[in-house]
Amino acid sequence: MRASLVVGGVLAATALAGWSWFTLSSPVWSPAETKLIASLSLSTLPPLPPDPSNAVGDDPAAAALGRALFFDTRLSGNGQVACASCHLPDKQFQDGTPLASGMGQTNRRTMPIAGTAYNPWLFWDGRRDSQWSQALGPLESAVEHGTDRTQVAHVIAAAYAVDYEAVFGAVPDLSNLAEHASPLGSDAARASWAALSEAERDAINRIFANVGKAIAAFERTILPQPTRFDAYADALTAGHDTTGLLTPTELEGLRLFVGKGECTKCHNGPLLTDQHFHNTGVPAAPGLPADSGRIDAIAQVLADPFNCLGIYSDAGPTDCAELRYMDREGHDLVRAYKSPSLRGVTERAPFMHAGQLGTLAAVVRHYNEAPAAPAGHSELEPLAMSEAELAALEAFLGTLSEAGSEGNQP
Amino acid sequence: MPKSSPAPKSPLRLLWLLPVLLIGVGGFKVAAMLQPPPSDLDLSLTQATEQGLYIGTLEPSASPIPVGQILTWTVAVTLPDGQPLEHADLSIDGGMPQHGHGLPTEPQVTEDLGGGRYRVEGLKFNMPGWWTIKLSVSAAAGTDSATFNLSL
Ligand code: HEC
Ligand code: HEC
Repeated sequence: MRASLVVGGVLAATALAGWSWFTLSSPVWSPAETKLIASLSLSTLPPLPPDPSNAVGDDPAAAALGRALFFDTRLSGNGQVACASCHLPDKQFQDGTPLASGMGQTNRRTMPIAGTAYNPWLFWDGRRDSQWSQALGPLESAVEHGTDRTQVAHVIAAAYAVDYEAVFGAVPDLSNLAEHASPLGSDAARASWAALSEAERDAINRIFANVGKAIAAFERTILPQPTRFDAYADALTAGHDTTGLLTPTELEGLRLFVGKGECTKCHNGPLLTDQHFHNTGVPAAPGLPADSGRIDAIAQVLADPFNCLGIYSDAGPTDCAELRYMDREGHDLVRAYKSPSLRGVTERAPFMHAGQLGTLAAVVRHYNEAPAAPAGHSELEPLAMSEAELAALEAFLGTLSEAGSEGNQP
Repeated sequence: MPKSSPAPKSPLRLLWLLPVLLIGVGGFKVAAMLQPPPSDLDLSLTQATEQGLYIGTLEPSASPIPVGQILTWTVAVTLPDGQPLEHADLSIDGGMPQHGHGLPTEPQVTEDLGGGRYRVEGLKFNMPGWWTIKLSVSAAAGTDSATFNLSL
């Protein structure tokens, strides 16, 4: 009895030593883990894919015009709101608040912009299918810029005629048109829109679409920057010494991220997103109207006159595959939101589509508990992680930030 | 697990197993995400349909199959004797058996290329791992379907 206890003790000590060796020194990864870790590195990000729907997407003159427009508060109903009011360049182009404030308050959280040129779907629910069609939404939203397409066209004619002409051709004469007119918005704006001729509406829509295309050309230059995680993944892939690149706790977190946590089911590839929509049981934000996520976005993106298949798109008939073969129905789209990129996530509290979770600790706890969804069905299952494991997972998320920098300055 | 060890006289004797078990369980949990497809999985891109009416072949546009891109593939269908099946009605579906979800897109057969070959557009795989593709074929001989396994 006593002898067997001693033997047992020795065995236990050996096993524990083996365990701590694995977790505390450089871990031994299986081939599958090594492959998965390599696939998350920024070095595997392909070159920026062309946007066939935007002919000026890679034109530097368009990007310069777009940059100016991004910061211009004249593109608003009160002269005080620009894209940059909510997308702050020194904060990863987001604002760090649960809900954004423009002319009013939005029902969702501001999203960062770096790398969105890779996104087939824009917004938390993917109700737009390009950067340029996305940019048109906030301009006409009453709670964001609160302007309208005709007012935008007037601003272009008055303040940007030369730059605009260099990229898109001359601005047509708009001097006879009302100040405000749009198929959306106030009764007055809609009445003026109804009074316009088909040709006048088309001229305004075209300027409006071009404003979006110039802004998109600027946004295409905003890209994620390499992080400590990428340095580790690249060294691991190259077979170089990885000592000291990540702390033992961060490595343990990485092991959980690609393993027990199942995070790479949705946060995969070099942008740490599968660009798809999932119900993860995030609680409804109190005080806001019901939000069904992706399921309601399908009809919106199909009806958007500025989508990839529309007349203002530069795409050819064989482009727009994402829109044409979009998953259009199913219970799994109810309260499904886009998996956000996790690059830079540590500096972007609060989290989720309406900032429901205030800290990363709350986020990893959410995944551990996998609460039932307020509507639809959560894809998550409880993870049974210990406090130490949750802390490690959180520490790992910190390695996805640029060393010593908070923004993604273009 | 060492199930073959002799029955213990005292529960304390099993104490040494604790850390071993913990490591075992930990290792198992890691495997959940990286779960390889079952080792006996048939990864052949040519499969007979369930009732043996047809034989389908998937022709991916690139190998290895990329994750996260919209893909256009060709599908070839023949009768059991190898004769190309022309003018058939094809549909494509699929998903991830280990995660219980379907494809992230709705792929469609967009063109009958002739000679029993068909173009499929809009396929997309949004994560690495084991995927299945179900090809349904309708023609004079009847409706039948084949399942293909892919490991991405
Ligand atoms: C009042 C604050 C506010 C203003 C102003 C604003 N945005 Fe946003 N932005 C948001 C919010 C909130 C979301 C998420 C909305 C949603 O999903 O419904 C968002 C989403 C986005 C996204 C989607 C990112 C992704 O990953 O899908 C882009 C790109 C973007 N905005 C660019 C712009 C541009 C360009 C402008 C100026 C034309 C602009 N925004 C003006 C708050 C704002
Ligand atoms: C089933 C898909 C899925 C899985 C698995 C998953 N996520 Fe997420 N993740 C999402 C979606 C979708 C959101 C946004 C949800 C929302 O806003 O309602 C999100 C949001 C997040 C956010 C907040 C990002 C932000 O900008 O607000 C973090 C952090 C995060 N996930 C980390 C993780 C970690 C760590 C794991 C593994 C334990 C994990 N995720 C597993 C899909 C997933």
